[in-house]
Amino acid sequence: MLSRRSLCAAIVLIAAATPAMAQSKYDPGASDTEIRIGNIMPYSGPASAYGTIGKTIGAYFDKINAEGGINGRKIKYISYDDAYSPPKAVEQARKLVESDEVLAIMQPLGTASNTAIMKYMNAKKVPQLFVATGATKFGDPKGAPWTMGWQPNYQSEGRIYAKFILDKHPNGKIGILFQNDDYGRDLMKGLKDGLGPKAASMIVAEAPYEVSEPTIDSQILKLKAAGADVFVNVATPKFAAQAIKKLAEIGWKPVHILNNVSNSVGGVLKAAGLENARDVVSTFYQKDPTDPAWKDDAGLKTWAAFMEKYYPEGDRTSTFTTYGYSAAQTMVQVLKQCGNDLTRTNVMKQAASLKDIQLDMILPGIKLNTSDTDFYPIEQMQLVRFTGSQWERFGAIISGEIGG
Amino acid sequence: MSASMDTTPAASTARLPIWLVALLAVGAIALPFLVKGFVTFQLTMMLVYAIAIMGLNLLTGFNGQFSLGHGAFYAVGAYTAAILMEHVGIPYGWTLPAAGIVCFAAGFLFGLPALRLEPIYLALATFALAIAAPQVLKLTPLEPWTGGVQGIVVTKPDAPFGLPLSQDQWLYFVTLVVALVLYRLASNLIDSRSGRAIMAIRDNVLAAKAMGIDVSLYKAVTFGISALYAGIAGALGAIAVQFVAPDSFTLTLSVGILVGLVVGGVGWLPGCLVGGAFVMFVPNIAEHVSKGLSGAVYGLILLLLIYLMPKGAGGLYHSLTGTKNTR
Repeated sequence: MLSRRSLCAAIVLIAAATPAMAQSKYDPGASDTEIRIGNIMPYSGPASAYGTIGKTIGAYFDKINAEGGINGRKIKYISYDDAYSPPKAVEQARKLVESDEVLAIMQPLGTASNTAIMKYMNAKKVPQLFVATGATKFGDPKGAPWTMGWQPNYQSEGRIYAKFILDKHPNGKIGILFQNDDYGRDLMKGLKDGLGPKAASMIVAEAPYEVSEPTIDSQILKLKAAGADVFVNVATPKFAAQAIKKLAEIGWKPVHILNNVSNSVGGVLKAAGLENARDVVSTFYQKDPTDPAWKDDAGLKTWAAFMEKYYPEGDRTSTFTTYGYSAAQTMVQVLKQCGNDLTRTNVMKQAASLKDIQLDMILPGIKLNTSDTDFYPIEQMQLVRFTGSQWERFGAIISGEIGG
Repeated sequence: MSASMDTTPAASTARLPIWLVALLAVGAIALPFLVKGFVTFQLTMMLVYAIAIMGLNLLTGFNGQFSLGHGAFYAVGAYTAAILMEHVGIPYGWTLPAAGIVCFAAGFLFGLPALRLEPIYLALATFALAIAAPQVLKLTPLEPWTGGVQGIVVTKPDAPFGLPLSQDQWLYFVTLVVALVLYRLASNLIDSRSGRAIMAIRDNVLAAKAMGIDVSLYKAVTFGISALYAGIAGALGAIAVQFVAPDSFTLTLSVGILVGLVVGGVGWLPGCLVGGAFVMFVPNIAEHVSKGLSGAVYGLILLLLIYLMPKGAGGLYHSLTGTKNTR
């Protein structure tokens, strides 16, 4: 057993070593030759499909390293499995910070896992960058200055739908189907904030559903009975498909707005019947790799070449591979901006100074912007309408900036 | 190994040899000062799982009842602690007995009707509990308390009296002391008259009845005590992780506790430590071997262990030391 004296000596040593490290321009995780970046993904468990995102990020860093790294430094990417379990996420985040000594953790996935590690990351002052969830709470520069979102958050998305409704259907009577949890209410809040003072008069009915309910038929009937002619579908894939089908069954044809999480053609619209989904309106912010419109697009070609060379077994029809690719590109942009000042403070500072960044697989016109008061990199989307076989973009890029 | 020749015949809790106990004690006290903070955290979680496994061992190993639903009691304990700490403002120390009492009541009440079931049906009933737990925690009416899918963020306690310990080290020692106390209580219970009644029920229900043992009462109380252990483990786990959410308490947790029990040795209390270590560290080893096939590697390790020590660590220990497991 350690004697008390040697124990004290050890503590003093550790205490003495800390300020010396702070004076150098490197924080733990960075050196002249290497930058260590951590990541947490559900490679196993119920959400293991998302694991593709983590693998794509790794493949992209391989590409960067093969091309000489960032300012001569190679990225060492350490990605751990949390099986979508918050306690495991805490354990893995601590392992990354305390044992692997990463400079930052990027793209940890899932609202619960990110909530679980947020307090720890901010207490340790280690960047928790570009979290892979749309919850609006991960973009609070005051409350959590070491945590930053990435994809459009649910409130921004809600505001975009509000703008569309105010613009195209100013006298519409809105009926909303929404999942009664923080995701559904987050999006609802954005929608109502976006409608502003007109929200009270325009929204004629709200129909919440619980994830545990088998169907949402009665909610649909309720919205129709209330006389709604604009139907906002804030549901997760299974329920969203049910709603599209039910609308066709009862012959109700309102303006149908479908939220982004459920606009997969293969996953949702096919199940609901492609014909039933004709004229449904939704939003996109990424290029859909299966859309023939991008056949000759330079960005798509760059991405496809990357997939070919560095991630040949990856699924090129999946949005997870484009998502991971764009997130990794954002991270590389931040590290480039850091130059030789690879401290955690500077990583956060650079992440909060993205200016009009355009990425290969993000829709043209959508630019990533952050500032020390804006921790939401992507806040723009474009409306799309379903033709019966595919999504067709229409109208300008719309911003859902919160507070803007 | 000679010190292990146990002279107390038919002792219901296997006594470990002195040298092993001493080694464990020294290791348990010294380790947090030798390893990094997150390893201390892992050790704390290992003890937490060990406590839950201990509870399940009382039920399965000594009373012969099966439970696939201990994750649910673990969740109730975790939420009790989190709600009391964050909404009511009760100091963390008091949340442990509170979690224990709540879970004892829940376990006892669940046990009263359910324990009339035959083992396989009881397993199924508790399985239902494990399935339902995360969804019940998400229910909207409970949301002001449980925080719904958002969960509750818990504040980690500092070491009191200005002790030169980090939060991790302090919590580790708290967990260690709680685990030791609970271990002592469990082994005392098993050695007592009630303990013999509990085991008699496992060995032969009819004979136990004939001896005048109130079978359903004993079963329900054992179930309650077992749930109490799981609840205290849950409370400690919530404080260590600093967060509770429905997704933390899926079926995987319940199965994990059962796996830990089997690996450690059914009916051998010290095995809970081995079980806790298995639950905590083997998934990490599996992930280290292969990220894509971590589930398969985990299964392989589990299979190998069961082949090599079919009666868990307890069986291995008994065959190595030549002591006989009297139960």
